[in-house]
Amino acid sequence: MALTITEKILARASGKRRVEPGENIWVSVNVLMTHDVCGPGTIGIFKREFGEHARVWDPEKVVIIPDHFIFTSDEKCHRNVDILRQFAAEQGIRHFYDVGTPRYKGVCHIALAEEGHTRPGEVLFGTDSHTCTAGAFGQFATGIGNTDAAFILGTGKLLIKVPPTMRFVLEGEIPPHVLAKDVVLRVIGDIGVDGATYRAMEFAGEGVERLAMEERMTLANMAVEAGAKNGIIAADDVTVEYLSGRARGPFELVKGDDGARFERERVYRAGSLEPVVAKPHSPDNVVAVREVAGTRLTRAYIGSCTGGKLSDFRRAAEILCGRQVAIDTFVVPATTEVARALETTRVNGKTLVRVFEEAGCRLSKGASCAACLGGPADTFGRINGPEVCISTTNRNFPGRMGSKEGQIYLASPYTVAASALRGAITDPREFLA
Amino acid sequence: MRGKFRERTRRRVFVLGDNIDTDQIIPAKHLNLVPTIPEEYEKLGSYALSGLPDGSPRFVREGEARSQYGIVVAGKNFGCGSSREHAPIALGAAGVEAVVAESFARIFFRNAVATGELYPIESCKPLAEEFETGDEAELYIGCGRITNLRTGRTFELKPLGDAAAVIAAGGLFAYARQTGMIGGGKRD
Ligand code: SF4
Repeated sequence: MALTITEKILARASGKRRVEPGENIWVSVNVLMTHDVCGPGTIGIFKREFGEHARVWDPEKVVIIPDHFIFTSDEKCHRNVDILRQFAAEQGIRHFYDVGTPRYKGVCHIALAEEGHTRPGEVLFGTDSHTCTAGAFGQFATGIGNTDAAFILGTGKLLIKVPPTMRFVLEGEIPPHVLAKDVVLRVIGDIGVDGATYRAMEFAGEGVERLAMEERMTLANMAVEAGAKNGIIAADDVTVEYLSGRARGPFELVKGDDGARFERERVYRAGSLEPVVAKPHSPDNVVAVREVAGTRLTRAYIGSCTGGKLSDFRRAAEILCGRQVAIDTFVVPATTEVARALETTRVNGKTLVRVFEEAGCRLSKGASCAACLGGPADTFGRINGPEVCISTTNRNFPGRMGSKEGQIYLASPYTVAASALRGAITDPREFLA
Repeated sequence: MRGKFRERTRRRVFVLGDNIDTDQIIPAKHLNLVPTIPEEYEKLGSYALSGLPDGSPRFVREGEARSQYGIVVAGKNFGCGSSREHAPIALGAAGVEAVVAESFARIFFRNAVATGELYPIESCKPLAEEFETGDEAELYIGCGRITNLRTGRTFELKPLGDAAAVIAAGGLFAYARQTGMIGGGKRD
C-alpha cells in the first residue's frame, strides 16, 4: 500500500509495515523537547508518577531549551529554569541549553534545527504547539502537553492516532516579493483555523522545493494555526545541506510513495500569490495587503520562531536599509546564533545590526520568545496598552502579545518592514526594486 | 478535579463563542505557575478564563479560587493555540467538570483527556444560543445528553469514544496502569 511521508514515518516508529489514518499506535520517540514554561510541570508529573528517583528513558533523547520567560525579573520564571537545571544535572541530560551560559540558544524550534535535533524520518515530540516547525525537515513533529511528555520521559513511547494527510501543492515559482509567511497565511485563510484539525499538512510542489530551509520552517511552523497535528515537507538536498555539520546522528530521507492517498489536495499557482496580512484577532482573518493598505499602526515587531530567523531579518533589512522607521519597531533574534549572525551578515555592505540601528529600530539584547506571547510585564516589546502592531509572529488572538486592548496584524518580514517605514500597512512592493 | 467525576452532574453553565484560544483560557503571564505545585495549581484555577475580552462576565469572582460555573458551553475550535496543559488544568482547578463545545482544538482535547481534569464533550449542534451564562444544566455524561433546566430542552452530545475510559480513570497514567500498559508506581 502506498503511504504518505507522515504515515511512513509513523509506521517505522511503531514497528509496522503500514499504518492507516485513524489507527491508534504506540510510537517510539527519537527526541523529546521541553522548555521553561512546560518543563517544570512535566518534571513534576514524571516524579509523581514514576517516583522521586526515577530515571528518564534515554538522557540522550531529551532536549531542554529554556526560551520563553528569560529576560525578566519575575522570580518564579527564574525558579522554573532552576528546576530544569537541577533535573538536567540529576539525569545527565547533555542537550540542555542553559540560560546565562555560552550554550544558551533561545527560541526552541529554531534551536532544535540549529543544533541538529531535527532529523528527517524521526519522531519528535515537544511541549510546545509549534514543535510542528521541525516538519520542514521531513521529521514527524508535534506538540503535546505535560502529561504526555512525562509519560514519554518515563517510557520513550506515546500512543497517538495516525492523521490523514491534506496536501498543499505550490505549482511554479513563488514571486520574489512573496514570502513563505504569505503562503502559509493564505492557506490558513482558505481553510480556517480549524481547517486541518487532526490532520497532517504536507507542503509540496516546485514552489516549496525551491524554498530555503528557513522559509520551509515558516510553512511548517504555522500548520498548528490551522489546527494540524503536524506539518511536513519531504527532505531533499536542501535539507541535507542545512543539516550537514549540525545533525547529531545519522538519518534517512523518507519520501512519500507514489499513489499515496491524501484526504484533500489543494493546488496553488505560486505565481498568483501576493503579500497578505491576518487581521485581528485570528490567523485566518486573511486579506491581501492592498485591501488594508493605509491602516494606521503604532508599532512593528520582528521576531519569534516564525519570523525571527536570519533570513527574516535579512528580508526586513533589504527594505529598512538607508531608511527610517516611523513607529516603534522591535527586533528580536530567535536565537543567539541568529543574534551573532546579525553582526556579521551584510546588506548593501552594512551589517544587519547597523541597518536596524540606523533605521531607528529597537534591537533586543537577548534571544528569546520575548513579546510573541506577551509574558511578564517587563518583557521586551510587550504590548501594554491599545497598540496596533504589525508582527512577523504567528498568533494574533486577543491579548496574545500582552494587553487585551492590543490589535495584532500578522505579516511577512517584508510587509512588516515596509509598514514600519510608513507607520501604516504597506505593500512591500513599494520598496522592492 | 482529577478523577472525581460523576455520571450525572447538575451545574451552572458559562457560555462562550467560537475559537476560544489558550491565551484567553489562561493568559501567558500566568505560565510562570507550575501546575504540579499545589498552591500554584489552585492559583491557576483562580485565573481561569481571565483572558476573555474586557466586559465579559467574570468566570471566577475576584478573590475566589473556584468558579461558580461547573460546565462551559462553547462553539467551534475550543482551546486552539498553544499546547499549554495549564489550560485544561486552570479550568479543572476552577471546578469545571466538562466543556461542551461544537469542536475542540486537538492538543486541548488531548490534554484534557491525558490530565483527566475535565470531560471535553462535543455537541451535535451549536449550543451557544441554547444556553445563557448562569443557567443550570444537567449533564448525563454516560448517555450523552445535556438539559437546560431553565428551558427544559435537552440536547444530544457526541460519544467520547476511547477518551471516556481515560478520563474516568483519572487521566493517562491511571489508565495506563489500569490497563497494564505501564507498571505499578506510587500514585494515590
Ligand atoms: S516564539 Fe512565540 S510561538 Fe514561537 S515558541 Fe516562542 S512563544 Fe511560542
